[in-house]
Amino acid sequence: MTKVERAASRRGGKRSGPPEPEFVQLLTPEGERVSHPDYSVDFTDDELRGLYRDLVTVRKLDAEATALQRQGELGIWASLLGQEAAQVGSGRALRKQDMAFPTYREHGVLYCRNIDPIMPLGLFRGVDQGGWDPVAHRFNMYTIVIGAQTLHATGYAMGIVKDGKVGDDDETSEAVIAYFGDGATSQGDVNEAFIFGSVYNAPIVFFCQNNQYAISEPLERQTRIPLYQRAAGFGFPGIRVDGNDVLATYAVTRAALDNARHGQGPTLVEAYTYRMGAHTTSDDPTRYRVASEVEAWQAKDPIVRMRKLLEKQGIADEAFFAAVDEQAKVEAVALRERVLSMPDPDPVTMFDHVYPNGSPLIDKQRAEFETYHASFEGSH
Amino acid sequence: METLTLGKSLNLGLRRAMEDDSKVLIMGEDVGKLGGVFRITDGLQKDFGDERVIDTPLAEAGIVGTAIGLALRGYRPVVEIQFDGFVYPAYDQIVCQVAKFHYRSRGKVSLPMVIRIPFGGGIGAVEHHSESPEAYFSHTAGLKVVACSNPSDAYWMIQQAIASDDPIIFFEPKRRYWEKGEVDTAAPLSSAYPLHSSRVLRSGGDATLLAYGPMVRTCLDAATAAAEDGRNLEVIDLRSLSPLDMAPVFESVRKTGRAVVVHEAPGNIGLGAEVAARITEECFYSLEAPVLRVTGYDIPYPASRVEEEFLPDLDRVLEAVDRSFGF
Repeated sequence: MTKVERAASRRGGKRSGPPEPEFVQLLTPEGERVSHPDYSVDFTDDELRGLYRDLVTVRKLDAEATALQRQGELGIWASLLGQEAAQVGSGRALRKQDMAFPTYREHGVLYCRNIDPIMPLGLFRGVDQGGWDPVAHRFNMYTIVIGAQTLHATGYAMGIVKDGKVGDDDETSEAVIAYFGDGATSQGDVNEAFIFGSVYNAPIVFFCQNNQYAISEPLERQTRIPLYQRAAGFGFPGIRVDGNDVLATYAVTRAALDNARHGQGPTLVEAYTYRMGAHTTSDDPTRYRVASEVEAWQAKDPIVRMRKLLEKQGIADEAFFAAVDEQAKVEAVALRERVLSMPDPDPVTMFDHVYPNGSPLIDKQRAEFETYHASFEGSH
Repeated sequence: METLTLGKSLNLGLRRAMEDDSKVLIMGEDVGKLGGVFRITDGLQKDFGDERVIDTPLAEAGIVGTAIGLALRGYRPVVEIQFDGFVYPAYDQIVCQVAKFHYRSRGKVSLPMVIRIPFGGGIGAVEHHSESPEAYFSHTAGLKVVACSNPSDAYWMIQQAIASDDPIIFFEPKRRYWEKGEVDTAAPLSSAYPLHSSRVLRSGGDATLLAYGPMVRTCLDAATAAAEDGRNLEVIDLRSLSPLDMAPVFESVRKTGRAVVVHEAPGNIGLGAEVAARITEECFYSLEAPVLRVTGYDIPYPASRVEEEFLPDLDRVLEAVDRSFGF
């Protein structure tokens, strides 16, 4: 930036072109492998093919869920389109003992934790509100209230310290990853999570997928400085990574998680990416952003660059790509069939699990509910 | 007279308030370019500029907290909370600060703010998008709380709320945003029905139905159905939840001897309990039956596929009326 541009930027004036942020990149949009002085990771050919398969599959499953919503089978869907690399890279960087706290868009992370992709669809279909065991799956239920889960993640990480599970052994020491978006960084909860994480030196990675929009509001409504730079004020490192580069996202997240598990405290990772679709299926992004911007990001597609790499390295052929597509399709069809056969809950179950110890008030209302509904039986 | 949806009526009411007073500001998430997720502020930023229709950072405590400062500075902020379930980060600012500034300053300052909250269920949404938190605010001294139920009230009540020097929590029945009604947009604001007053919407001598917001339509439909069975139900729209305007309610109950209060919010320690207690205190010797409540159950708002079983509906209202007549 020139002096003038810097001044304009400080004032919030228009920059001369789209921002070209400094970030860690190991794979360019053209599919070139590049090196970075601080982050390198050697992937085997199998691992590279595996990451490609993940990217293609989570996009396919996501597209299937969007279609299911359009057909009325889901109430709403929050698509991850465009953010596959940020989610696959960070999801695969987690070690099996690590714990993840997602927002409501981390379907790709969930997939990479080897969790059945049907699990969150009950929420979007409206038959439950999660319903899974967060601890058993090492993957918290989706959190809809923006940013709230970052505090839960921090507290969980504080518990790891108390349990003596921070240490040098990568196979047993634990770390936590908290997902959130650019919009969430404005919330008090997120800033408080940064403070608690810092003060208690908690083994946590704050993973911000900066997809440039909070529903309609562009990043400028949330911040005047790059988000990763906020970490400095809280007393831990911040790093920006090309969130459309699955290799760099993996490398940066794995390093941050391992630092955390070794006792070096939190890191803020800003995965710089773009929400290619709507905020949710209820949203119409054409009201607030122009097609040219979307097209510019299309050229940075996370899957295309990975395919180019595999082709250049000669480690995947047409048959491989066709097989990956076919397998993703099979998984998507299976997911669809399972969604269609997902039963509506028995209404009386809404009275279940309000309290671990139950409540006479709920018991009474449940009984009244059953009596009331029984009064309709045989009246048809 | 114009035929307008409830949502459009709010939009026109906001527009008129902004035209009438240059100090009126609109603040919230996505209220500007997008016009709000329900399009209630549609077109206002385009016409009044982004200095008056402000897309805020995504932080509800920040929105309400800065609105307090703007109010101290002489502005009249109209804050939009995107969904009922998202108001809680701002709850501290509303309850500890908005509600108490006037009192603490011994009347030297007022906070003429309106906090708009789309509330209630019935739209098939995911969790936190269907809640009815009105009792939390009605319980707080220093706040006034109103709920509109139809397009005409929406148009006038939003303007009256903005013109009021009291801080007002303004509940909008989101599932009724698309319902249409007649609105006399040409009338002067001074001719509107007083803001903090309940209103008889349908006369009847057999029992009194009391509701506000989204349940008013349900009660009117119940009254229509009951009339086919020869029962004439009076329907009162409470409109103002704090303060409650009980005089028309007492008058009605003294006539009918029976009252049923209906709301979506859970019944436990809810508005219905307050209304029932007041009726019992004032109309005890007129009552033919205890005041009954039809409410949401005392559980977290359930998954959307069963929400129709949670929400009071016509059948549950009529069943309560039957029970009232059983005494």
